[in-house]
Amino acid sequence: MTLLRLDGVTAHYGHLQALDELSLSLDQGEILAVIGANGAGKSTLLSLVSGELRPSQGRVYFNELDVTGLEPYRRVRLGISLVPEGRHLFSTLTTQENLLVGAASRRPGPWSLDTVYDVFPFIKKRQHVRAALLSGGEQQAVAIGRSLMSNPSLLLLDEVSLGLAPVIVRDLYVALRQVADGGTTLLLVEQDLTEALGIANHVLCLLEGRVALTGSPGDLDQAQVLDAYFGRGPVVTDEGVAP
Amino acid sequence: MIWINAIIQGLLLGGLYAMFSCGLSLMFGVMRFVNLAHGDFAVLSAYAAYVLVEHAGGTPLWTFAAVIPAAAIIGFLLQRLLLDRALIGGSLSPLLVTFGLSILIQNALQQGFGANNESLFVGSLSYESWKVNNSIYLGRLDVIVFVIAVALIAGLQLFLSKSRPGRMMRATADNRRSAALSGVNERRVRATATAIALATVAIGGLFLAMRTSFTPTSGSNDLIFAFESVIIGGLGNLWGTLLGGLILGVAQTVGSQINPADGILAGHLVFLAILAYRPQGIIASRYADS
Repeated sequence: MTLLRLDGVTAHYGHLQALDELSLSLDQGEILAVIGANGAGKSTLLSLVSGELRPSQGRVYFNELDVTGLEPYRRVRLGISLVPEGRHLFSTLTTQENLLVGAASRRPGPWSLDTVYDVFPFIKKRQHVRAALLSGGEQQAVAIGRSLMSNPSLLLLDEVSLGLAPVIVRDLYVALRQVADGGTTLLLVEQDLTEALGIANHVLCLLEGRVALTGSPGDLDQAQVLDAYFGRGPVVTDEGVAP
Repeated sequence: MIWINAIIQGLLLGGLYAMFSCGLSLMFGVMRFVNLAHGDFAVLSAYAAYVLVEHAGGTPLWTFAAVIPAAAIIGFLLQRLLLDRALIGGSLSPLLVTFGLSILIQNALQQGFGANNESLFVGSLSYESWKVNNSIYLGRLDVIVFVIAVALIAGLQLFLSKSRPGRMMRATADNRRSAALSGVNERRVRATATAIALATVAIGGLFLAMRTSFTPTSGSNDLIFAFESVIIGGLGNLWGTLLGGLILGVAQTVGSQINPADGILAGHLVFLAILAYRPQGIIASRYADS
Protein backbone atom coordinates (compact mmCIF):
# COMPACT_ATOMS: atom_id res chain seq x y z
CA MET A 1 0.00 0.00 0.00
CA THR A 2 1.30 3.44 -0.90
CA LEU A 3 1.91 5.51 2.23
CA LEU A 4 3.53 8.62 0.79
CA ARG A 5 3.30 9.98 -2.73
CA LEU A 6 4.86 13.14 -4.10
CA ASP A 7 3.37 14.16 -7.42
CA GLY A 8 5.56 16.49 -9.49
CA VAL A 9 6.61 18.74 -6.63
CA THR A 10 8.69 21.83 -7.30
CA ALA A 11 10.04 23.80 -4.38
CA HIS A 12 11.74 27.16 -4.13
CA TYR A 13 13.66 29.03 -1.46
CA GLY A 14 13.14 32.57 -2.67
CA HIS A 15 14.28 32.52 -6.28
CA LEU A 16 16.40 29.43 -5.77
CA GLN A 17 14.82 26.28 -7.08
CA ALA A 18 15.56 23.40 -4.70
CA LEU A 19 13.42 20.64 -6.24
CA ASP A 20 12.33 20.28 -9.84
CA GLU A 21 9.09 18.35 -10.54
CA LEU A 22 10.04 15.47 -8.30
CA SER A 23 7.76 12.46 -8.04
CA LEU A 24 8.17 9.51 -5.75
CA SER A 25 6.07 7.00 -3.91
CA LEU A 26 6.83 5.12 -0.75
CA ASP A 27 5.08 1.94 0.37
CA GLN A 28 4.14 1.04 3.91
CA GLY A 29 7.04 -0.68 5.68
CA GLU A 30 9.62 0.48 3.18
CA ILE A 31 12.92 2.12 4.16
CA LEU A 32 13.94 4.78 1.67
CA ALA A 33 17.34 6.43 1.89
CA VAL A 34 17.68 9.73 0.08
CA ILE A 35 21.28 10.55 -0.67
CA GLY A 36 23.01 13.29 -2.57
CA ALA A 37 25.56 16.07 -2.27
CA ASN A 38 25.02 19.29 -0.33
CA GLY A 39 22.31 21.39 -1.93
CA ALA A 40 20.84 18.46 -3.88
CA GLY A 41 17.44 19.06 -2.28
CA LYS A 42 17.38 16.28 0.34
CA SER A 43 16.33 18.38 3.33
CA THR A 44 13.88 20.30 1.12
CA LEU A 45 12.23 17.00 0.30
CA LEU A 46 11.79 16.26 4.02
CA SER A 47 10.41 19.77 4.65
CA LEU A 48 7.77 19.21 2.01
CA VAL A 49 6.69 15.99 3.69
CA SER A 50 6.79 17.41 7.25
CA GLY A 51 4.84 20.47 6.13
CA GLU A 52 7.40 23.14 6.96
CA LEU A 53 7.63 24.04 3.29
CA ARG A 54 4.81 24.20 0.73
CA PRO A 55 5.62 23.24 -2.85
CA SER A 56 5.24 25.95 -5.47
CA GLN A 57 3.87 23.25 -7.75
CA GLY A 58 2.71 19.64 -7.32
CA ARG A 59 0.91 17.77 -4.53
CA VAL A 60 1.85 15.69 -1.50
CA TYR A 61 -0.35 12.70 -0.61
CA PHE A 62 -0.24 10.73 2.62
CA ASN A 63 -2.39 7.61 2.81
CA GLU A 64 -3.96 8.93 -0.41
CA LEU A 65 -5.02 12.07 1.46
CA ASP A 66 -3.90 15.38 -0.04
CA VAL A 67 -1.84 16.98 2.74
CA THR A 68 -0.15 19.65 0.60
CA GLY A 69 -1.66 22.57 2.51
CA LEU A 70 -1.61 21.01 5.98
CA GLU A 71 0.45 22.55 8.80
CA PRO A 72 3.22 20.47 10.42
CA TYR A 73 1.36 19.86 13.71
CA ARG A 74 -1.65 18.49 11.82
CA ARG A 75 0.57 16.15 9.84
CA VAL A 76 1.98 14.81 13.12
CA ARG A 77 -1.58 13.86 14.06
CA LEU A 78 -1.88 11.96 10.79
CA GLY A 79 1.32 10.04 11.52
CA ILE A 80 4.19 11.97 9.92
CA SER A 81 7.06 12.87 12.22
CA LEU A 82 10.39 14.52 11.42
CA VAL A 83 13.61 14.19 13.38
CA PRO A 84 15.21 17.47 12.31
CA GLU A 85 18.83 17.89 11.35
CA GLY A 86 20.81 19.10 14.36
CA ARG A 87 18.29 17.50 16.78
CA HIS A 88 16.64 20.75 17.95
CA LEU A 89 15.69 19.44 21.36
CA PHE A 90 13.90 21.59 23.93
CA SER A 91 17.17 22.42 25.65
CA THR A 92 15.63 23.75 28.87
CA LEU A 93 13.43 20.66 29.29
CA THR A 94 14.62 17.32 30.66
CA THR A 95 14.98 14.17 28.57
CA GLN A 96 11.68 12.86 29.87
CA GLU A 97 9.89 16.17 29.28
CA ASN A 98 11.20 16.26 25.71
CA LEU A 99 9.76 12.79 25.14
CA LEU A 100 6.43 13.76 26.73
CA VAL A 101 6.10 16.81 24.49
CA GLY A 102 6.58 14.40 21.60
CA ALA A 103 3.28 12.82 22.62
CA ALA A 104 1.47 16.15 22.18
CA SER A 105 -0.60 14.81 19.28
CA ARG A 106 -2.12 12.04 21.48
CA ARG A 107 -1.86 9.60 18.58
CA PRO A 108 -2.45 6.09 19.86
CA GLY A 109 0.14 3.41 19.21
CA PRO A 110 2.87 1.23 20.69
CA TRP A 111 5.28 3.97 21.78
CA SER A 112 5.51 5.24 25.34
CA LEU A 113 8.29 6.36 27.69
CA ASP A 114 8.96 2.72 28.55
CA THR A 115 9.18 1.46 24.98
CA VAL A 116 11.42 4.38 23.96
CA TYR A 117 13.72 3.63 26.91
CA ASP A 118 13.74 -0.02 25.81
CA VAL A 119 15.07 0.93 22.38
CA PHE A 120 17.46 3.58 23.75
CA PRO A 121 18.44 2.20 27.18
CA PHE A 122 21.31 4.68 27.56
CA ILE A 123 18.99 7.69 27.86
CA LYS A 124 16.90 6.20 30.66
CA LYS A 125 19.45 7.04 33.33
CA ARG A 126 19.55 10.58 31.91
CA GLN A 127 15.78 11.06 32.02
CA HIS A 128 15.83 13.90 34.54
CA VAL A 129 18.80 15.71 32.99
CA ARG A 130 18.17 18.85 30.94
CA ALA A 131 18.60 18.21 27.22
CA ALA A 132 21.24 20.93 26.87
CA LEU A 133 23.56 18.86 29.08
CA LEU A 134 23.27 15.61 27.10
CA SER A 135 26.01 14.31 24.78
CA GLY A 136 25.48 14.47 21.02
CA GLY A 137 24.56 10.80 20.79
CA GLU A 138 22.14 11.06 23.71
CA GLN A 139 20.56 14.12 22.14
CA GLN A 140 20.06 12.32 18.86
CA ALA A 141 18.48 9.38 20.68
CA VAL A 142 16.13 11.74 22.54
CA ALA A 143 15.25 13.47 19.25
CA ILE A 144 14.35 10.14 17.65
CA GLY A 145 12.51 9.07 20.80
CA ARG A 146 10.55 12.33 20.86
CA SER A 147 9.38 11.65 17.31
CA LEU A 148 8.48 8.05 18.14
CA MET A 149 6.30 9.26 21.01
CA SER A 150 3.87 10.58 18.37
CA ASN A 151 3.47 6.99 17.11
CA PRO A 152 4.31 7.89 13.51
CA SER A 153 3.55 5.61 10.61
CA LEU A 154 6.15 7.56 8.62
CA LEU A 155 9.34 8.62 10.37
CA LEU A 156 11.48 11.21 8.59
CA LEU A 157 15.12 11.35 9.66
CA ASP A 158 17.42 14.19 8.63
CA GLU A 159 21.15 13.45 8.95
CA VAL A 160 21.02 11.22 12.00
CA SER A 161 24.78 10.60 11.87
CA LEU A 162 25.78 14.26 11.68
CA GLY A 163 28.63 15.07 14.05
CA LEU A 164 28.50 11.75 15.88
CA ALA A 165 31.20 9.10 16.41
CA PRO A 166 30.84 6.03 14.16
CA VAL A 167 30.27 3.69 17.10
CA ILE A 168 27.32 5.83 18.27
CA VAL A 169 25.93 6.06 14.74
CA ARG A 170 25.99 2.25 14.59
CA ASP A 171 24.02 2.03 17.86
CA LEU A 172 21.44 4.49 16.56
CA TYR A 173 21.00 2.54 13.35
CA VAL A 174 20.56 -0.70 15.30
CA ALA A 175 17.73 1.06 17.15
CA LEU A 176 16.26 2.36 13.88
CA ARG A 177 16.30 -1.20 12.55
CA GLN A 178 14.12 -2.19 15.54
CA VAL A 179 11.79 0.73 14.82
CA ALA A 180 11.45 -0.33 11.19
CA ASP A 181 10.88 -3.97 12.21
CA GLY A 182 7.97 -2.71 14.29
CA GLY A 183 6.28 -1.62 11.06
CA THR A 184 7.21 2.07 10.90
CA THR A 185 8.08 3.34 7.44
CA LEU A 186 11.36 5.27 7.32
CA LEU A 187 12.45 8.02 4.99
CA LEU A 188 15.99 9.01 5.81
CA VAL A 189 18.34 11.60 4.44
CA GLU A 190 21.94 10.73 5.12
CA GLN A 191 25.50 11.69 4.26
CA ASP A 192 26.83 8.47 5.75
CA LEU A 193 26.36 6.20 2.71
CA THR A 194 27.44 3.01 4.46
CA GLU A 195 24.76 3.25 7.16
CA ALA A 196 22.13 4.55 4.75
CA LEU A 197 22.66 1.80 2.18
CA GLY A 198 22.96 -0.75 4.98
CA ILE A 199 19.48 -0.16 6.36
CA ALA A 200 17.54 0.93 3.26
CA ASN A 201 15.64 -1.32 0.89
CA HIS A 202 15.33 1.52 -1.58
CA VAL A 203 17.71 4.32 -2.50
CA LEU A 204 17.07 7.61 -4.22
CA CYS A 205 19.95 9.84 -5.20
CA LEU A 206 19.21 13.50 -5.78
CA LEU A 207 21.30 15.79 -7.93
CA GLU A 208 20.46 19.48 -8.16
CA GLY A 209 16.80 18.94 -7.34
CA ARG A 210 16.24 16.01 -9.68
CA VAL A 211 16.37 12.24 -9.32
CA ALA A 212 19.76 11.02 -10.53
CA LEU A 213 19.41 7.38 -9.52
CA THR A 214 16.89 5.06 -7.91
CA GLY A 215 17.01 1.39 -7.09
CA SER A 216 17.53 -1.09 -4.32
CA PRO A 217 20.96 -1.05 -2.66
CA GLY A 218 21.65 -4.65 -3.67
CA ASP A 219 21.23 -3.89 -7.35
CA LEU A 220 23.42 -0.81 -7.43
CA ASP A 221 27.17 -0.94 -7.47
CA GLN A 222 29.28 1.63 -5.73
CA ALA A 223 30.54 3.24 -8.95
CA GLN A 224 26.96 3.86 -10.12
CA VAL A 225 26.07 5.47 -6.80
CA LEU A 226 29.14 7.69 -6.80
CA ASP A 227 28.54 8.74 -10.40
CA ALA A 228 24.99 9.78 -9.56
CA TYR A 229 26.12 11.44 -6.35
CA PHE A 230 28.62 13.66 -8.12
CA GLY A 231 26.66 14.06 -11.34
CA ARG A 232 28.83 11.97 -13.64
CA GLY A 233 27.46 9.59 -16.26
CA PRO A 234 23.90 8.67 -17.27
CA VAL A 235 20.76 8.88 -15.16
CA VAL A 236 19.65 5.42 -13.98
CA THR A 237 16.13 4.76 -12.69
CA ASP A 238 13.97 1.69 -12.17
CA GLU A 239 12.77 2.07 -15.74
CA GLY A 240 16.29 1.77 -17.11
CA VAL A 241 18.94 4.15 -18.38
CA ALA A 242 17.65 7.52 -19.49
CA PRO A 243 19.00 8.92 -22.74
CA MET B 1 11.40 49.85 64.27
CA ILE B 2 10.09 52.24 61.62
CA TRP B 3 12.55 50.72 59.16
CA ILE B 4 11.38 47.21 59.91
CA ASN B 5 7.84 48.44 59.41
CA ALA B 6 8.81 50.06 56.12
CA ILE B 7 10.33 46.80 54.90
CA ILE B 8 7.30 44.75 55.97
CA GLN B 9 4.89 47.15 54.32
CA GLY B 10 7.13 47.08 51.24
CA LEU B 11 6.97 43.30 51.08
CA LEU B 12 3.18 43.43 51.26
CA LEU B 13 3.06 46.04 48.50
CA GLY B 14 5.55 43.95 46.50
CA GLY B 15 3.16 41.01 46.69
CA LEU B 16 0.61 43.11 44.85
CA TYR B 17 3.17 44.11 42.22
CA ALA B 18 4.20 40.49 41.75
CA MET B 19 0.60 39.35 41.36
CA PHE B 20 0.06 42.08 38.87
CA SER B 21 3.24 41.29 36.92
CA CYS B 22 3.20 37.51 36.58
CA GLY B 23 0.96 37.67 33.48
CA LEU B 24 3.40 40.00 31.76
CA SER B 25 6.19 37.59 32.61
CA LEU B 26 4.22 34.60 31.28
CA MET B 27 3.37 36.28 27.99
CA PHE B 28 6.93 37.38 27.49
CA GLY B 29 8.20 33.90 28.30
CA VAL B 30 5.97 32.20 25.76
CA MET B 31 5.76 34.82 23.01
CA ARG B 32 8.77 37.07 23.48
CA PHE B 33 6.93 40.35 23.40
CA VAL B 34 5.88 42.83 26.04
CA ASN B 35 2.16 43.51 26.22
CA LEU B 36 2.09 47.31 26.47
CA ALA B 37 -1.65 47.26 27.23
CA HIS B 38 -1.03 45.09 30.32
CA GLY B 39 -1.74 47.88 32.81
CA ASP B 40 -4.76 49.08 30.85
CA PHE B 41 -6.34 45.63 30.99
CA ALA B 42 -5.95 45.80 34.76
CA VAL B 43 -7.70 49.18 34.83
CA LEU B 44 -10.36 47.87 32.45
CA SER B 45 -11.04 44.99 34.87
CA ALA B 46 -11.31 47.49 37.72
CA TYR B 47 -13.89 49.53 35.80
CA ALA B 48 -15.79 46.37 34.93
CA ALA B 49 -15.98 45.54 38.64
CA TYR B 50 -16.95 49.13 39.42
CA VAL B 51 -19.85 49.00 36.96
CA LEU B 52 -20.99 45.60 38.24
CA VAL B 53 -21.05 46.81 41.84
CA GLU B 54 -22.89 49.98 40.84
CA HIS B 55 -25.62 48.05 39.04
CA ALA B 56 -25.87 44.84 41.03
CA GLY B 57 -24.71 46.11 44.41
CA GLY B 58 -22.84 44.19 47.10
CA THR B 59 -19.15 44.15 47.88
CA PRO B 60 -16.63 44.24 45.01
CA LEU B 61 -15.32 40.85 46.15
CA TRP B 62 -18.02 38.93 44.25
CA THR B 63 -17.04 40.58 40.98
CA PHE B 64 -13.92 38.40 40.85
CA ALA B 65 -16.19 35.55 39.82
CA ALA B 66 -17.41 37.51 36.80
CA VAL B 67 -14.36 39.55 35.82
CA ILE B 68 -11.72 36.77 35.89
CA PRO B 69 -13.47 34.43 33.42
CA ALA B 70 -14.40 37.38 31.21
CA ALA B 71 -10.76 38.51 31.16
CA ALA B 72 -9.63 34.98 30.26
CA ILE B 73 -12.07 34.83 27.36
CA ILE B 74 -11.01 38.27 26.15
CA GLY B 75 -7.38 37.14 26.36
CA PHE B 76 -8.08 34.03 24.31
CA LEU B 77 -9.90 36.00 21.62
CA LEU B 78 -7.34 38.81 21.68
CA GLN B 79 -4.59 36.32 20.91
CA ARG B 80 -6.56 34.48 18.25
CA LEU B 81 -7.98 37.47 16.42
CA LEU B 82 -5.32 40.13 16.83
CA LEU B 83 -1.97 39.20 18.34
CA ASP B 84 -1.49 36.00 16.31
CA ARG B 85 -1.86 38.03 13.14
CA ALA B 86 0.52 40.66 14.45
CA LEU B 87 3.10 37.99 15.33
CA ILE B 88 3.39 37.03 11.65
CA GLY B 89 4.99 40.44 11.08
CA GLY B 90 7.85 39.85 13.52
CA SER B 91 8.27 40.92 17.13
CA LEU B 92 7.78 44.67 16.61
CA SER B 93 4.22 44.42 15.27
CA PRO B 94 2.62 42.93 18.42
CA LEU B 95 4.38 45.60 20.45
CA LEU B 96 2.82 48.30 18.30
CA VAL B 97 -0.57 46.58 18.34
CA THR B 98 -0.63 46.44 22.14
CA PHE B 99 0.53 50.06 22.27
CA GLY B 100 -2.46 50.94 20.10
CA LEU B 101 -4.75 48.89 22.32
CA SER B 102 -3.44 50.77 25.33
CA ILE B 103 -4.38 54.13 23.80
CA LEU B 104 -7.73 52.76 22.69
CA ILE B 105 -8.65 51.44 26.16
CA GLN B 106 -7.51 54.61 27.94
CA ASN B 107 -9.53 56.88 25.67
CA ALA B 108 -12.62 54.69 25.70
CA LEU B 109 -12.56 54.65 29.51
CA GLN B 110 -12.05 58.39 29.63
CA GLN B 111 -15.00 58.82 27.30
CA GLY B 112 -17.21 56.59 29.40
CA PHE B 113 -16.17 57.45 32.95
CA GLY B 114 -14.36 60.78 32.89
CA ALA B 115 -10.95 61.34 34.42
CA ASN B 116 -11.97 61.05 38.09
CA ASN B 117 -10.21 58.90 40.63
CA GLU B 118 -12.24 55.82 41.47
CA SER B 119 -11.76 53.07 44.00
CA LEU B 120 -13.38 49.77 44.86
CA PHE B 121 -14.52 50.07 48.46
CA VAL B 122 -14.42 46.77 50.28
CA GLY B 123 -15.85 47.96 53.59
CA SER B 124 -14.01 47.28 56.80
CA LEU B 125 -11.53 45.05 54.98
CA SER B 126 -9.89 48.15 53.56
CA TYR B 127 -8.93 49.63 56.94
CA GLU B 128 -8.91 46.78 59.46
CA SER B 129 -5.51 45.48 60.46
CA TRP B 130 -3.70 43.02 62.65
CA LYS B 131 -1.52 44.56 65.32
CA VAL B 132 1.94 43.02 65.59
CA ASN B 133 3.27 45.53 68.11
CA ASN B 134 2.89 49.23 68.83
CA SER B 135 4.59 50.35 65.66
CA ILE B 136 3.74 47.55 63.20
CA TYR B 137 0.24 46.95 61.92
CA LEU B 138 -0.56 44.62 59.03
CA GLY B 139 -3.50 45.67 56.87
CA ARG B 140 -5.86 42.72 56.44
CA LEU B 141 -6.38 43.35 52.74
CA ASP B 142 -2.60 43.72 52.26
CA VAL B 143 -1.94 40.38 53.90
CA ILE B 144 -4.70 38.67 51.92
CA VAL B 145 -3.30 40.10 48.67
CA PHE B 146 0.18 38.94 49.59
CA VAL B 147 -0.94 35.40 50.36
CA ILE B 148 -2.97 35.21 47.15
CA ALA B 149 -0.04 36.59 45.15
CA VAL B 150 2.34 33.92 46.43
CA ALA B 151 -0.28 31.21 45.92
CA LEU B 152 -1.00 32.44 42.39
CA ILE B 153 2.65 32.45 41.38
CA ALA B 154 3.28 29.06 43.00
CA GLY B 155 0.23 27.67 41.24
CA LEU B 156 1.29 29.10 37.90
CA GLN B 157 4.80 27.73 38.32
CA LEU B 158 3.38 24.32 39.22
CA PHE B 159 1.15 24.46 36.15
CA LEU B 160 4.14 25.26 33.93
CA SER B 161 6.45 22.63 35.37
CA LYS B 162 4.09 19.73 35.97
CA SER B 163 1.03 19.91 33.75
CA ARG B 164 0.77 18.78 30.15
CA PRO B 165 -0.33 22.15 28.72
CA GLY B 166 2.31 23.87 30.87
CA ARG B 167 4.98 21.60 29.46
CA MET B 168 3.82 22.41 25.94
CA MET B 169 4.02 26.10 26.79
CA ARG B 170 7.61 25.74 27.93
CA ALA B 171 8.43 23.67 24.85
CA THR B 172 6.96 26.36 22.57
CA ALA B 173 8.91 29.06 24.42
CA ASP B 174 12.08 26.99 24.08
CA ASN B 175 11.88 26.01 20.40
CA ARG B 176 8.86 26.94 18.30
CA ARG B 177 9.90 24.84 15.32
CA SER B 178 10.41 21.66 17.31
CA ALA B 179 7.14 22.22 19.16
CA ALA B 180 5.23 22.37 15.87
CA LEU B 181 7.09 19.31 14.60
CA SER B 182 6.15 17.47 17.79
CA GLY B 183 2.47 18.09 17.10
CA VAL B 184 1.97 21.02 19.45
CA ASN B 185 -0.78 23.36 18.27
CA GLU B 186 1.13 26.57 18.75
CA ARG B 187 -1.89 28.82 18.25
CA ARG B 188 -3.76 27.14 21.06
CA VAL B 189 -0.74 27.31 23.35
CA ARG B 190 -0.39 31.04 22.72
CA ALA B 191 -4.10 31.70 23.20
CA THR B 192 -4.06 29.72 26.47
CA ALA B 193 -1.05 31.68 27.71
CA THR B 194 -2.72 35.01 26.97
CA ALA B 195 -5.98 33.85 28.55
CA ILE B 196 -4.13 32.92 31.75
CA ALA B 197 -2.14 36.16 31.63
CA LEU B 198 -5.26 38.31 31.36
CA ALA B 199 -6.99 36.34 34.12
CA THR B 200 -4.07 37.14 36.44
CA VAL B 201 -4.13 40.75 35.24
CA ALA B 202 -7.80 40.94 36.26
CA ILE B 203 -7.02 39.60 39.73
CA GLY B 204 -4.16 42.08 40.10
CA GLY B 205 -6.24 44.93 38.69
CA LEU B 206 -9.10 44.34 41.11
CA PHE B 207 -6.84 44.14 44.16
CA LEU B 208 -4.97 47.21 42.97
CA ALA B 209 -8.29 49.05 42.72
CA MET B 210 -9.22 47.93 46.24
CA ARG B 211 -5.92 48.95 47.78
CA THR B 212 -5.46 52.24 45.98
CA SER B 213 -7.39 54.18 43.37
CA PHE B 214 -7.53 54.14 39.61
CA THR B 215 -8.20 56.45 36.68
CA PRO B 216 -8.59 55.65 32.97
CA THR B 217 -4.91 56.42 32.41
CA SER B 218 -3.39 54.85 35.53
CA GLY B 219 -2.66 51.65 33.57
CA SER B 220 0.49 53.16 32.05
CA ASN B 221 1.96 53.71 35.48
CA ASP B 222 0.94 50.22 36.59
CA LEU B 223 2.65 48.81 33.50
CA ILE B 224 5.90 50.47 34.52
CA PHE B 225 5.77 48.83 37.97
CA ALA B 226 4.95 45.47 36.39
CA PHE B 227 7.72 45.87 33.87
CA GLU B 228 10.22 46.80 36.58
CA SER B 229 9.23 43.78 38.69
CA VAL B 230 9.69 41.46 35.73
CA ILE B 231 13.08 42.94 34.75
CA ILE B 232 14.43 43.01 38.30
CA GLY B 233 13.58 39.36 38.80
CA GLY B 234 14.71 38.15 35.39
CA LEU B 235 12.60 37.96 32.24
CA GLY B 236 10.34 34.97 31.84
CA ASN B 237 10.90 33.54 35.32
CA LEU B 238 7.92 33.57 37.69
CA TRP B 239 9.79 33.19 40.99
CA GLY B 240 12.05 35.96 39.73
CA THR B 241 8.98 38.10 39.12
CA LEU B 242 7.82 37.52 42.70
CA LEU B 243 11.25 38.49 43.97
CA GLY B 244 11.31 41.50 41.63
CA GLY B 245 7.92 42.69 42.91
CA LEU B 246 9.09 42.37 46.51
CA ILE B 247 12.31 44.28 45.84
CA LEU B 248 10.41 47.05 44.07
CA GLY B 249 7.84 47.27 46.87
CA VAL B 250 10.50 47.44 49.58
CA ALA B 251 12.49 50.04 47.61
CA GLN B 252 9.40 52.22 47.33
CA THR B 253 8.35 52.06 50.98
CA VAL B 254 11.87 52.45 52.32
CA GLY B 255 12.31 55.39 49.92
CA SER B 256 9.09 56.93 51.23
CA GLN B 257 10.39 56.49 54.76
CA ILE B 258 13.48 58.47 53.89
CA ASN B 259 11.47 61.19 52.15
CA PRO B 260 7.72 60.77 51.61
CA ALA B 261 7.88 62.26 48.11
CA ASP B 262 10.69 59.99 46.90
CA GLY B 263 9.16 56.52 47.22
CA ILE B 264 8.43 55.99 43.53
CA LEU B 265 11.77 57.51 42.59
CA ALA B 266 13.60 55.10 44.92
CA GLY B 267 11.86 52.19 43.17
CA HIS B 268 12.98 53.45 39.76
CA LEU B 269 16.56 53.96 40.99
CA VAL B 270 16.78 50.41 42.33
CA PHE B 271 15.40 49.17 39.01
CA LEU B 272 17.99 51.16 37.04
CA ALA B 273 20.79 49.98 39.31
CA ILE B 274 19.83 46.34 38.76
CA LEU B 275 19.45 46.93 35.03
CA ALA B 276 22.96 48.42 34.97
CA TYR B 277 24.74 45.84 37.11
CA ARG B 278 22.71 42.69 36.51
CA PRO B 279 20.79 43.14 33.26
CA GLN B 280 19.74 39.47 33.18
CA GLY B 281 17.85 40.00 36.45
CA ILE B 282 18.33 38.53 39.92
CA ILE B 283 17.35 35.05 38.75
CA ALA B 284 18.62 34.53 35.21
CA SER B 285 15.86 33.15 33.04
CA ARG B 286 15.68 29.47 32.33
CA TYR B 287 14.17 30.27 28.97
CA ALA B 288 17.04 32.49 27.98
CA ASP B 289 19.89 30.00 27.99
CA SER B 290 18.73 28.05 24.95
